[in-house]
Amino acid sequence: MGRFILRRVLYSVVTLLILSATIFLIVRLTGDPVALLAEASATQEDLDRVRRQWGLDRSWPAQYVTFLKNALIGELGKSFNYRLPVSELYFQRLPNSLTLGLAATLISLLIGIPAGIVSAVKVNTWWDSAAKGVALLGLSIPGFWLGLVLILVFSVWLRWLPTSGAGDWRHIVMPALALGWYFAASMLRLTRSSMLEVLGSEYIKLARLKGLPDVVVIAVHAFKNALIPVFTLAGVNLVVMVNAAVIIEVIFAWPGIGRLLYEGIFQRDFPLVQGVVIMAGFMIVGINLVVDVLYAFIDPRIRLTR
Amino acid sequence: MAILAGDPPIVRPRTASRGRAMARAARRAPLAAIVILGGLTLVAIFADVLAPYDPTMPVQGADMFDPPVWMEGGKWSAPLGTDFQGRDILSRLIHGARVSLIVGIMGTLVAGGIGTALGILAGYVGGWMDQVIMRVTDAWLALPALVFAIFLAAMIGPSMWNIIIILGAVYWTRYARVVRGEVLTLREREFVKLAEIAGASRWRVIKRHILPNVMNTATVLASLTVGVVIIAEASLSFLGVGVPPPQPAWGLMLSEARPTLMAGQWWLTVFPGSCILLIVLATQLFGDWLRVKLDPQLRNL
Repeated sequence: MGRFILRRVLYSVVTLLILSATIFLIVRLTGDPVALLAEASATQEDLDRVRRQWGLDRSWPAQYVTFLKNALIGELGKSFNYRLPVSELYFQRLPNSLTLGLAATLISLLIGIPAGIVSAVKVNTWWDSAAKGVALLGLSIPGFWLGLVLILVFSVWLRWLPTSGAGDWRHIVMPALALGWYFAASMLRLTRSSMLEVLGSEYIKLARLKGLPDVVVIAVHAFKNALIPVFTLAGVNLVVMVNAAVIIEVIFAWPGIGRLLYEGIFQRDFPLVQGVVIMAGFMIVGINLVVDVLYAFIDPRIRLTR
Repeated sequence: MAILAGDPPIVRPRTASRGRAMARAARRAPLAAIVILGGLTLVAIFADVLAPYDPTMPVQGADMFDPPVWMEGGKWSAPLGTDFQGRDILSRLIHGARVSLIVGIMGTLVAGGIGTALGILAGYVGGWMDQVIMRVTDAWLALPALVFAIFLAAMIGPSMWNIIIILGAVYWTRYARVVRGEVLTLREREFVKLAEIAGASRWRVIKRHILPNVMNTATVLASLTVGVVIIAEASLSFLGVGVPPPQPAWGLMLSEARPTLMAGQWWLTVFPGSCILLIVLATQLFGDWLRVKLDPQLRNL
């Protein structure tokens, strides 16, 4: 077990090194940030001075090493635009993204799990087809367009919900629905296949043979085991949603890290962009590591196969 | 795995029953999806003939924000209404199909090409090559695809061809993983071993024995990637880092409709979005059918 964890941690570190080096290179290969940072009337000397000030006159490897050293102590550089540490900006916005992510996860579970269970219990019936249709729509309706349509219906026509910003629960309904919709489809598919697998297992057959009513078999015996992979996916999805909600946050003017990234991109604030993108990688590599280790803990076979 | 004498052949021999099997498959083919995809392809090819107006220029004599013809104030000159510059929505939708299809298909080809090549290299050559490729794949997968694409698009700059390259560079990872897995088992199969013993070069083994056997998988993955790439392109265009104006891309039309959404000009938002939904739905249905037909192992994907 110790060796397994060590190997997985090592893989994760290598992954993060490759990722950060890639991001670092792309940012530097695509334009001179100093020219954008300085005012239009700046002379060559001014530009050089700014370059020195921000440490951009050094070689790329030197800059990368400094960047890694700082990243290790949680410091991601200083935003050009806000003149504040990137980590400070990031952690200011993170709670908002977490709130939105949690709400969207809740919606994806509320849609995905019941629909998935019904579709598995009533497999190959009208119910099953309906659930498959929902899953197909989940993958085909672009989330951001769903957001726009929700605004049209609930804000413009019905005037029930506010269009943008953060505040009370009414602000979060539409962005969470638009964000969670896509993930509901994947929840549905996984719940269905996981449930089908469990329902075909020996212990469920035994429970049925004992004469337990269907409701008990499904709700007590099958449900618990079938939902382990579903909740694992929900956890991974939450981390993805926190980081990938850029377009939804832009539409609903939600002050999370997705919008921070969007602003950073348009202001060519490259320490900010670099920081936000690398944090996304860090969180996703982290959650994958946690899931791998947990699964190895639960199921010893996994430790041997990888 | 040892060389098994009784390995069934992977590529099915051409026999008389093949015709009947194809007829059976054709009956179960998703007609709606084929009609939608075929129709949209024709629309995209003949956009110049079909579109009543130049999609980038205002319609002569039309106002801005004309509603569709069945609403009060709608005119037959612009049956689906006009946008904020007085351009014909119908013409822009027709030309937008071209952008979506080109980006969807070309982006998928780029992604599939990169991913399949790297997957074969990793799986067949193995060793350090495998390690390097798979660690890079892991690093690529660590970023949400859309965040990565937005980042690249913002850095490299918007144009339709840049978007194709960018989306290809973002979405190749799934091909690399799946194809590598498949090659790892193919490598141990009798016909590959025999070819190697007979002195075939690595390149020849890849070309004659490996590639033909992973094509089914790659095709299925491609059919399921097209829709993802089309949505990604629309998202990038919507955020202003995709296809640049005045080109008529559906995502861009949605972005241009956003400032006036509150005024209730629903047609500017509903029509382009429905087009995206329709094309992605059709590719998904087609992909599902193809998956069951070509590669039963991928049914749970």
